[in-house]
Amino acid sequence: MNDALDVTLRLLVVFVVFLTFPLLIGQTEHKVMAHMQGRLGPMYAGGFHGWAQLVADGVKFAQKEDVVPAGADRRIFQLAPAVALLPYLLVLLAIPIGPEEGAVGEVIDAGVFFVLAVMGVGVLGALMAGWASANKFSLLGGLRTAAQLLAYELPMLLAAASVAMAAGTVSLPGILNAFEWWWLPWQIVGAIVFFVAGLAELQRPPFDMPVADSEIIFGAYTEYTGLRFALFLLAEYAGIVVLCGLTTVLFLGGWHGPWGADGLGWVWTLLKTAVLAFIVIWLRVTYPRLREDQLQKLSWTLLVPLALAQIALTGIVKVVIE
Amino acid sequence: MTLAALAADTHGFLSPTGVEIAFLLVGLVTLGAALITVTTRQLVHAALWLVVALGGLAVEYLLLTAEFIAWVQVLIYVGSVVVLLLFGLMLTRAPIGRSPDADSGNRWVALGVAVVAAAALVWVVVDAFRTTWIDLDGAPSGSTDVTGQALFQNWVLPFEALSVLLLAALVGAIVLSRKAKADAAPATGGPADRGPGAAGADKEGAR
Repeated sequence: MNDALDVTLRLLVVFVVFLTFPLLIGQTEHKVMAHMQGRLGPMYAGGFHGWAQLVADGVKFAQKEDVVPAGADRRIFQLAPAVALLPYLLVLLAIPIGPEEGAVGEVIDAGVFFVLAVMGVGVLGALMAGWASANKFSLLGGLRTAAQLLAYELPMLLAAASVAMAAGTVSLPGILNAFEWWWLPWQIVGAIVFFVAGLAELQRPPFDMPVADSEIIFGAYTEYTGLRFALFLLAEYAGIVVLCGLTTVLFLGGWHGPWGADGLGWVWTLLKTAVLAFIVIWLRVTYPRLREDQLQKLSWTLLVPLALAQIALTGIVKVVIE
Repeated sequence: MTLAALAADTHGFLSPTGVEIAFLLVGLVTLGAALITVTTRQLVHAALWLVVALGGLAVEYLLLTAEFIAWVQVLIYVGSVVVLLLFGLMLTRAPIGRSPDADSGNRWVALGVAVVAAAALVWVVVDAFRTTWIDLDGAPSGSTDVTGQALFQNWVLPFEALSVLLLAALVGAIVLSRKAKADAAPATGGPADRGPGAAGADKEGAR
């Protein structure tokens, strides 16, 4: 009985995090972008600095008509948002936020493989949406999504493999248990590669060629309206939470902090995740969109060699200290 | 059927556990998805049913306690191979609805090959494992740790041979793509600005 209660409680907490954190990041993005661009952003909904703007947006999306284009492949068109969103919920289950026994949704033995595998599945949603919409812009968006995933999956995996080598385990809590502060400079190249490749996998600016609103009108999502479109947006922000959480756990030491680590581990995890999320928003405001060929070039000629060099460095250091 | 009798001796077939029932049901779903994959006339649907079939296999691995293999299956096949497949389909032709010409005159030969391959695999697996049962309550037998130990202690040679095979395939792919480029290029660029790889490919073509 106690076990069942425990599992239910954890699942519930992960679900609540899944529903609220993306909204928090969305609202932060509204405000941070606005202030970086010298304006105020939403100020009216909810009274205090427009805190309820995203709730209002959600109500608006729910009221809109759910249109399926006549030429579309109906069932796949309707299934796509769920395929895009659910993998991020599953990944959140595996991310530990504190050193305690109950601070992770579910301990998974091959955690690193689990999170990367499931994150890759999410992209299928965008592909399905792009194909099933029967729209040339959507198909272009789907094509670009696939090309981008193929290019950036490899450096992401290699960077994660480097950490797994350093820790000698592929379990996420195991990696954090083995973490030492000097891993930070040791794995810094891998961290940057992982974060950049993750941004590209989420199609966040400056890697938003697949959704480029000003040329292919949001790519795979062109034909979506109402709640299904909102689900795709939610998937993007849930993706930011997952990517920042994973970078924190794999490269920034998760619950380890310079002081007060006892009982405050989860604060450190959340703080690091929040700073990374801020950087994600900052990059969106700062950099122009990369062209398709620049995207591919960045991955194959810069990120992949850097990741391989990081693996070599990790191997050498590992052998030397043993 | 002495083998079946032997297997029934220790555990029996008449009171299956929940895991066994789940294994059977997931197997049926996987088989169904695989059948639809090869019979449907809608190209992209075939690729998506393939996702279901490969995902079903991953679940089967999980039920067999091979957790590591299961996630690698999802990572490689669902996350990369199917995406590559879909990319290829979208790049060439992916009409919505049925493709009447999505058929092959080789269907009966293909069926024969499939049946023979399946029979060979089933025979090998049954012969290799006979009456082995996985002890679900005992030490984990398919965790990353155990898999890694087995792979790098008992099976290093096949592992290395496979990696050499993959490397050869990789080099071959590069040579082929460079050759295609070199064949298209002569009108615009001289051999001087092509680089050593392309020159090698030219030699290959001349042979």
